[in-house]
Amino acid sequence: MRKGTRLTMAVAGATAVGLLATSCGGGDDGYGGGDGGSTVRASWGDPQNPLEPANTNEVQGGKVMDMIFRGLKRYNPETAAAEDALAESIETEDQQNFTIKIKQGWTFSDGTEVMAKSFVDAWNYGANIENSQINSYFFQFIDGYADVHPEDEGAEPTADTMSGLEVVDDHTFTVRLTEPFSLWPDTLGYTAYSPLPQAFFDDHEAWLEKPVGNGPYMIDSYSRSQSMGLVKYDDYAGDDEARNDGVELRVYTDNNTAYTDLQAGNLDVIDDIPASQLKNVESDLGDRYINQPAGIIQTVSFPLYDDAWSGEDMVKVRQGLSMAINREEITAKIFADTRTPATDFTSPVLEESGGYEPDLCGDICEYDPEKAKEMIEDGGGLPGGTVTLTSNVDTGSHRQWMDAACNSINNALGDTGACTVNPVPTFADFRNQVTGDSMTGMFRSGWQMDYPLIQNFLQPLYYTDASSNDSGYSSPDFDDLVDRANSADDEDEAIDLFKQAQEVLRDDMPVIPLWYQNGTAGHSERVSDVKLNPFSVPVYTEVTVS
Amino acid sequence: MGRYVVRRLLQMIPVFIGATFLIFLMVFALGDPVTGLFGDRAPDAATAARLRAEFNLDKPVWQQYVLYMGNIFTGDFGTAFNGRPVTELLADALPISFRLMLVAIVFEIVVGIVLGVVTGLRRGRAADTSVLMATLVVIAIPTFVLGTTLQFFLGVQLGWINPAVSPAARFDELIVPGIILALVSLAYVTRLTRTSIVENARADYVRTAVAKGLPRRRVTVRHLLRNSLIPVVTYLGADIGTLMAGAIVTERIFNIQGVGYQLYEGILRQNSPTVVGFVTVLVLIFLIANLLVDLLYAVLDPRIRYA
Repeated sequence: MRKGTRLTMAVAGATAVGLLATSCGGGDDGYGGGDGGSTVRASWGDPQNPLEPANTNEVQGGKVMDMIFRGLKRYNPETAAAEDALAESIETEDQQNFTIKIKQGWTFSDGTEVMAKSFVDAWNYGANIENSQINSYFFQFIDGYADVHPEDEGAEPTADTMSGLEVVDDHTFTVRLTEPFSLWPDTLGYTAYSPLPQAFFDDHEAWLEKPVGNGPYMIDSYSRSQSMGLVKYDDYAGDDEARNDGVELRVYTDNNTAYTDLQAGNLDVIDDIPASQLKNVESDLGDRYINQPAGIIQTVSFPLYDDAWSGEDMVKVRQGLSMAINREEITAKIFADTRTPATDFTSPVLEESGGYEPDLCGDICEYDPEKAKEMIEDGGGLPGGTVTLTSNVDTGSHRQWMDAACNSINNALGDTGACTVNPVPTFADFRNQVTGDSMTGMFRSGWQMDYPLIQNFLQPLYYTDASSNDSGYSSPDFDDLVDRANSADDEDEAIDLFKQAQEVLRDDMPVIPLWYQNGTAGHSERVSDVKLNPFSVPVYTEVTVS
Repeated sequence: MGRYVVRRLLQMIPVFIGATFLIFLMVFALGDPVTGLFGDRAPDAATAARLRAEFNLDKPVWQQYVLYMGNIFTGDFGTAFNGRPVTELLADALPISFRLMLVAIVFEIVVGIVLGVVTGLRRGRAADTSVLMATLVVIAIPTFVLGTTLQFFLGVQLGWINPAVSPAARFDELIVPGIILALVSLAYVTRLTRTSIVENARADYVRTAVAKGLPRRRVTVRHLLRNSLIPVVTYLGADIGTLMAGAIVTERIFNIQGVGYQLYEGILRQNSPTVVGFVTVLVLIFLIANLLVDLLYAVLDPRIRYA
């Protein structure tokens, strides 16, 4: 009997723990937004960093930023052209000193007015090293950046604010850049340049719990890494106001589940269709499947800091390797046409008026195995007879396309051991190896544009010692053309010079352009007018619910 | 009994320290996570250095470990890269995984033991053979396949359940994921119970009980089953930990934001505070579950005594 009691107690204890666990989760389903009205239910991923404009550099956090903030400029979701949002006028005489007037009547969703100070304070915050903002380099063009963000590790800032920013009156401020940059006003649509309300500086922690911005939506509820409910901001002053009552972002731990939820009618908008569903997505969704160009290009870089790859004749080897990769087949078979073979170093979203040049690369980006073999042998052959192709393999279909690309090269060279894949387990590890200049063969490089300008596809990647110049490429001709483009008097002239700089790249081939990446999305029958902007983020404001 | 428990609790301390240190080393060996935060862009040295200092990544590994352990004892499990304290992540994720585990384990115990007893008592008959075949099939098919198939049929085709579990993760939503999670263990529980029952059915004490003229039901439940449960309880004890930590696949399929998901994200982003924090708690759960199992032995088998 005594034992029996003990057993009973054990069971009773377990039950009590169970009930305790239940009580935590009872009640509603825990989603932020309401089910009623015309709320759009959309898929989301957990943002990597805290949600603040100068600290958001990936697409999940970017989705929210795009909904709750408007900057001086906004990129037209269809044409990618930079159009005035809060900017009344941005004037300059010398492409270096700018006078910015902002429109009146814009408010943050806490009721305070957006003023010149809102921008200046936000930019100073984003640039200051003490705030460890990942996007701080965006402010590097502004005079005084070096004082608030010294380059050396461990150095302390010598100023609190950048000397190049000055508030003139409530709705005017001036910006002085360190050097001329003719396209600078067009970069101002990037999230990092958003204005911030006083509340951000008064109580930063509270603001992060529930960010307040000046965009078409405001955050109603936010339970971190689970969901976010956004509602239409009724006093929004812009002309792209929301056509629905709100958006409910739901975090999915796996995009496949989001896709299944869309099929079951529990979700309205999913962006980034999972690779495993691409084969059947057209039959599943029909015309509710969206597949359109985005400002992303994938390339393969060479370690030009390695003597084996930087020799005079090696350009032929690099161009030969480019011709040995069958882009058409890989984009069709592995990516189900969600990639398009690349023919230049930019992106089709720029359109030809913005510098995209569909004929730039010509034969060098066409698959021609015989010519490829000839070119590689002409250039002295692969260094050591073999080459590796390195990338992280934790996301995307990197492993698959690398295998295919290597196969393609091996077939062209008639040598099964010429190209081998070197998989790296995590992205962070891969980036450590790349930024540590420890590559010995080809490696994956990709670029998602910050703003739709040809400058953004060239300067950060190929200018000498630029922030994303992973291959260590350095060309005086290229640098000179970029410098001249930045100080050009008007945009057309600037774009023309950037196009010439692109020709230098083609002739030097520090990287092989592979393909342009598309954005993919799908939506339910409950909603319509779903489209993606050039950053492959759904344009939530235009979605209508029937 | 009391002394035994105290001794076991003291033994937990070196196990705990050793396990956390090993995990710490493993996450550390993955390399520097800060570069990954900057995407396809080389981090500017100054900001990266600030971030490393903020997360103590600029110090040697032993010092990081000492700092981390020191903080743990004050209840501070560190901060994830997205700015959330790990304790907050734990408070969100643990109850969810616990509920999922509870559903799975209840299912395992009830169905597994009943099937085990039935097959054990009818050894060699049709029921026995077919259940054995079924368990074989369940063990052979990966959870991933079973999970997504069931999710598609019940969630999309029939519309009986929501394919994704909401953040609240109520018990009724967790039934299907719980069953999927339990299936493989269920097969083992069935087989273990069956073998054990078959063995003990011929034991002397069972023959005595039958000879005493006890009703068949009482012989089976009180005498035969109770003794046969010892290996099963051992298995279940270890399984509690496995079910909580090893639900990564099931949790991802059904969008359950539990321990498995947080661990997965933590590993992918090389976020040592998250990974070590969760593993620490899991180690504790493992240790306590094992202690409880050992104590349960005495309840089940009167011959076992702890001193």
